Amino acid sequence: MPALWIQNARVIDPANKRNAVGDLFVKNGLIVADLSAADKKKAKVIDGTNLVACPGLVDIHVHFREPGQTHKENIATGSHCAAAGGFTTVVCMPNTSPPASNTGTIQYIKDVIKRDAVVKVLTTGCITVDMKGEALAPIGSLAKAGVVAITDDGDCVQSNELMRRACEYAKMFELPIMDHCQDHSMTVDAVMNEGEVSARLGLKGWPNAAEDLIVSRNAILATYTGAHIHMQHISSRNAVEIIRRAKDRGVSISAEATPHHIALTDKCIEGYDPKFKMNPPLRTAEDQEAIIEGLRDGTIDIIATDHAPHTDYEKDKEFDYAPNGILGLETALPVTLDILLRKNRFSLPKVVDLMTRKPADLLKLAAGTLSVGAAADICLFDPKEKWTYDARAGFSKSSNSPWDGEELQGRIKTTIVDGRVVYDGKNVRKR
Amino acid sequence: MSWNRRHLLTLEELSLAELDQIHATAASFKKILTRSVKKVPALRGKTIVNLFLEPSTRTRMAFDMAAKRLSADTISLDAKSSSTTKGESLRDTAQNIEALQADMIVVRHSAPGSPLYLSKILGIPVINAGDGAHEHPTQGLLDTFTMRERLGSLKGRRVVILGDILYSRVARSNIQALKTFGADVTLVGPSTLVPKHLEALGVTVSHDLRSALADAEVVMLLRIQHERQNAGMFPSIGEYTSMFGLNQQRAAWLHPNAIIMHPGPINRGVEIDSELADGPRSVILDQVTNGIAVRMAVLYLCAGGQPEYVTPTG
Ligand SMILES: [Zn+2]
Repeated sequence: MPALWIQNARVIDPANKRNAVGDLFVKNGLIVADLSAADKKKAKVIDGTNLVACPGLVDIHVHFREPGQTHKENIATGSHCAAAGGFTTVVCMPNTSPPASNTGTIQYIKDVIKRDAVVKVLTTGCITVDMKGEALAPIGSLAKAGVVAITDDGDCVQSNELMRRACEYAKMFELPIMDHCQDHSMTVDAVMNEGEVSARLGLKGWPNAAEDLIVSRNAILATYTGAHIHMQHISSRNAVEIIRRAKDRGVSISAEATPHHIALTDKCIEGYDPKFKMNPPLRTAEDQEAIIEGLRDGTIDIIATDHAPHTDYEKDKEFDYAPNGILGLETALPVTLDILLRKNRFSLPKVVDLMTRKPADLLKLAAGTLSVGAAADICLFDPKEKWTYDARAGFSKSSNSPWDGEELQGRIKTTIVDGRVVYDGKNVRKR
Repeated sequence: MSWNRRHLLTLEELSLAELDQIHATAASFKKILTRSVKKVPALRGKTIVNLFLEPSTRTRMAFDMAAKRLSADTISLDAKSSSTTKGESLRDTAQNIEALQADMIVVRHSAPGSPLYLSKILGIPVINAGDGAHEHPTQGLLDTFTMRERLGSLKGRRVVILGDILYSRVARSNIQALKTFGADVTLVGPSTLVPKHLEALGVTVSHDLRSALADAEVVMLLRIQHERQNAGMFPSIGEYTSMFGLNQQRAAWLHPNAIIMHPGPINRGVEIDSELADGPRSVILDQVTNGIAVRMAVLYLCAGGQPEYVTPTG
């Protein structure tokens, strides 16, 4: 493998407080401080002029649908989306079919990853057996099999007692618990945010309170058990406030926000288009502002996409019957840049931090840094380039994106994993 | 002014002029209903499919009768006779109906927005006969038609809608039309069924029956579904009736000329006492008759007919 010499890029590496135009060197798949004169002669040179070079993006919340629903996506195509989106490390949710609640399924997934994935794909296991919310999954065995967290994402453990035991048990293995915060009793048949827009459209509403209650519960259980609970895709302004206050008290919790929750509101649903149907639902402008403030002051730790592919025919339905979820990986960076950098004046290093070092640190992953000696997982992007996203021309098997056909600003030019270019701005290097 | 809308999906999107056109056309069709031969050839040779994926006897019968009065052929499909129970998608069902050369489709569906969805797929007119809790435009048209028959102009009139508003498509369509006509609408009922955020519809929300009814010129009752009680939306039917049922004593709070409306079917003794439902202020049966005239107007206009005898609204 030739050495890499990235020249003249704006290198942003929050882990090392680096933010300046310069060069990056890679040898044997690792970041190095410099290359020898001989290596420089042979090195593959990448011109980074006017580009940002940062650690490969890290997404701890993706659905790759394998095993069981590979008509929507599989680990190969999911990893291609990741590469095209600048992501070098992603964490798969366990709500596959069968759900990843035993070590056999985890091993199967890991075998497929080893064979097919072009970026680093990590696995999570379920909290409860088959995600039924009734009995604890073999959490210790899952930890041993290498899962980086446990979650029943897509669902939420409703029993407080069971969640408490999961926390206590997972704590033994220092395994973080990630939770999709939704009180099911308050969201029966709900398909969108409960509020003015749902009142007008006659669609069944999903109130913020259903999220807030579980966020509160989790803060209480994290306090009581000492386990770490990560709140997935926070969408409610009160939830942000609850997390803020719990963190002030030193409770071991963290939270993520998705690009779509900071970019879109429930007004998007006025035409009943299922490409805006997701769970938790798009909420109001006030919720959006609170989440952005949460990202600004660190209450919300990271950005995660909740990349959730569904085929056209599954989404082409009455709004009530369409499945929840949208694609996220290929549009995450430009959408986040648009909202945080351009509309809310976050600094570029801050945005990069939310998508690299911080998510990696949260799950203690060896990623998200350009430190010398670290794996050479690098993303090069042009923050200014405008382009039109065509979901069908993308790398997913699905095309369910609200940004399909929209002009975006900020484009991934090169994605490098372990010193190897896996995406060159046009093509993914297939395995 | 000519009618140039192909579909009838919501009353929210109709202008005052369009509502007038439908009402004026309905008024002329209503005259036909009193003749010995209650039929005109306006839609002869046209086939209208009533796709009722959610059960409804009244609305379906009224649409069917309206189509027949216009000499159209009608076919009715329900969830059982369509292939949707076999897992066929709404898109496929509707495209089959179009391929069978139907000229118009009347759709009742439990999912809000489904008529809009069909209108984007199909090349033939789509008439919304009720989409979940969203809208029931022909009901709103017949209700406002009935109010105008009795009260004349609706501008500034005090209209109270009482009952389960949250889940009511009838309420939503009435609210939209009444707003366009300039009426002053108050929604009243238990806070679980009439939540504050309904004010986004441009109406007043109240839980105080007495002040809401005071001097109202129209009170429109909505049917209370027993399922709502099971879902914990209110403690019991008995409690509902004691708090919000319309009886003689409460009806006395209304304006002297007030009319009492109900889209049916009525729960006698629950939303309304029998003596009021059958009394002189009740226009419940007028609503049923007007339902045919209004639906004739809608079918006729959306099939490409032009409004006649249009008189300006006062
Ligand atoms: Zn989730």
